[in-house]
Amino acid sequence: MNTVIGERNAIITGIGQSEVGRKLGRSGVSLTVEASIEAIADAGLTRDDIDGVATYPGATNASPGMSPHGVNELKEAMRLNLDWFSGGGEIPGQLGAVMNAIAAVAAGYCNNVLVFRTVTESSAQTAGRRASVVGSGSGRVDGWAQWMVPFGAMSAANWIAMYAQRYMHEYGLTREQLGQIALTARYHAGMNPKAIFRSPMTMDDYLSARMISWPFGLLDCDVPCDGSTVVIVSRADAAADFQNVVRVEAVGAALHGRSSWDQRADLTTMAANDAAAAMWKRTDLKPTDVDLVQLYDGFTWLTLCWLEALGFFPKGEAGPWLEGGARIRLGGELPLNTHGGQLSGGRLHGYGYLHEACLQLRGQAGARQVVGAEVAAVGAGGGPIGGSLLLTANR
Amino acid sequence: MTTLPLPVLDETNSAYWQAGETGSLRILRCQSCRAWIHPPTAVCPDCLSFEVAPEAVSGRATVAAFTINYQKWVPDMEVPFALAIVELDDAPGIRLTTRLVDIAPDEVRCGLATEVVFEHVEDVWLPLFRPTQGAK
Ligand SMILES: [Zn+2]
Repeated sequence: MNTVIGERNAIITGIGQSEVGRKLGRSGVSLTVEASIEAIADAGLTRDDIDGVATYPGATNASPGMSPHGVNELKEAMRLNLDWFSGGGEIPGQLGAVMNAIAAVAAGYCNNVLVFRTVTESSAQTAGRRASVVGSGSGRVDGWAQWMVPFGAMSAANWIAMYAQRYMHEYGLTREQLGQIALTARYHAGMNPKAIFRSPMTMDDYLSARMISWPFGLLDCDVPCDGSTVVIVSRADAAADFQNVVRVEAVGAALHGRSSWDQRADLTTMAANDAAAAMWKRTDLKPTDVDLVQLYDGFTWLTLCWLEALGFFPKGEAGPWLEGGARIRLGGELPLNTHGGQLSGGRLHGYGYLHEACLQLRGQAGARQVVGAEVAAVGAGGGPIGGSLLLTANR
Repeated sequence: MTTLPLPVLDETNSAYWQAGETGSLRILRCQSCRAWIHPPTAVCPDCLSFEVAPEAVSGRATVAAFTINYQKWVPDMEVPFALAIVELDDAPGIRLTTRLVDIAPDEVRCGLATEVVFEHVEDVWLPLFRPTQGAK
């Protein structure tokens, strides 16, 4: 184990989330400020206490509504005076912004960092451009996209479907087994008033949904939405009397394999595997200590990848482990994505999981509360993008 | 297939994207330690030599993973079609994401033997792959 575990010097002190929905027609800044006001109040702070801001991936036009604004637009809207700030995409996945905030308060650059992730993909899509289709509307592509898009592999659905297919080929995973991730998300979404899709889903619904990119049907894919999530990261040694503390046990930030969608030595592993392995080296806790998991489900197979990367079952044994789905439902041994994930809750791009993990560890998840939730693993990202957090209740 | 976005050519990648004009697939190779390199870059990632140059390969490759795409990502896309990650037979460890042609989607399998065939669009030769001719 490392001798310096600096993330223990940071705590999550407040959470907030805007209205979440489809085609809300609101600006990104409007959603972010709504979530910020809630999170700052939740932490028992005022906006004058916010001296840091972090976000992922910062302002970008790469995909419509994927990140409608960056740090500066929020800073301007709320007239924040910042001692430190950071926004960008070349970090350990969506949760990398949280890791940056943790590092900043641990280093003493600032005391309370507002971390936000805002999407308006649903509204942007209705405005004429399709969300998350790389290269649509552009003449030429460069960087990593050039190796896939010119062949028609224009979506992460295609790139990740090939990992899922390879996993099925090597380990005998079936669509029915994979489908338990989608069915579980929908079951949990029924208990989350903010979830996009809440009506029950059957295995027949799952299997008969129109095919997108084999083995992914429509219900293997998450749903674009509009919404903003904010967490406040504060110094663990702050004098303030925080009432809603979640502790940071360890972060997983590693990327050891190729930074590529198709060159990684084992095509059934992703950056998630590097991040998860690094995270477990920073704690004495073990996978058997985890009470619930909030793991990226942009596509069903990504969740399987995170579960395997985090060591909840041996390599290749996802199929039998998922069979029947009872294990990952509320009341099972490892409840998964208890808010409905992105598959049914909406693509809040990594931060819906973090918000839900905090609610659960604070014992405030209402009808979907995991009894005795003390340790939560959160992982976000796919392909060469990935990062994880191990969070604990403040006991 | 409709015309999809083509790569932006630059000093690092044009030898790869235009290799089809010579009739051969060409992969960057370290002239010092002989390691194959892909995607192309300025140095050999193994020995950090700057002496790297494209070399022709047979164009034979084996399907490592695939998907059948049914979604029209752009309006006039013709679906379904097979996408694959293929491994080059004579450049071990080098993989290409590509489109498979001359094969029915339900006949694609891991381990399928394929060979390169180029699709020439503007100044780019896209390396597509088809089942090796004469192979079962
Ligand atoms: Zn070399």
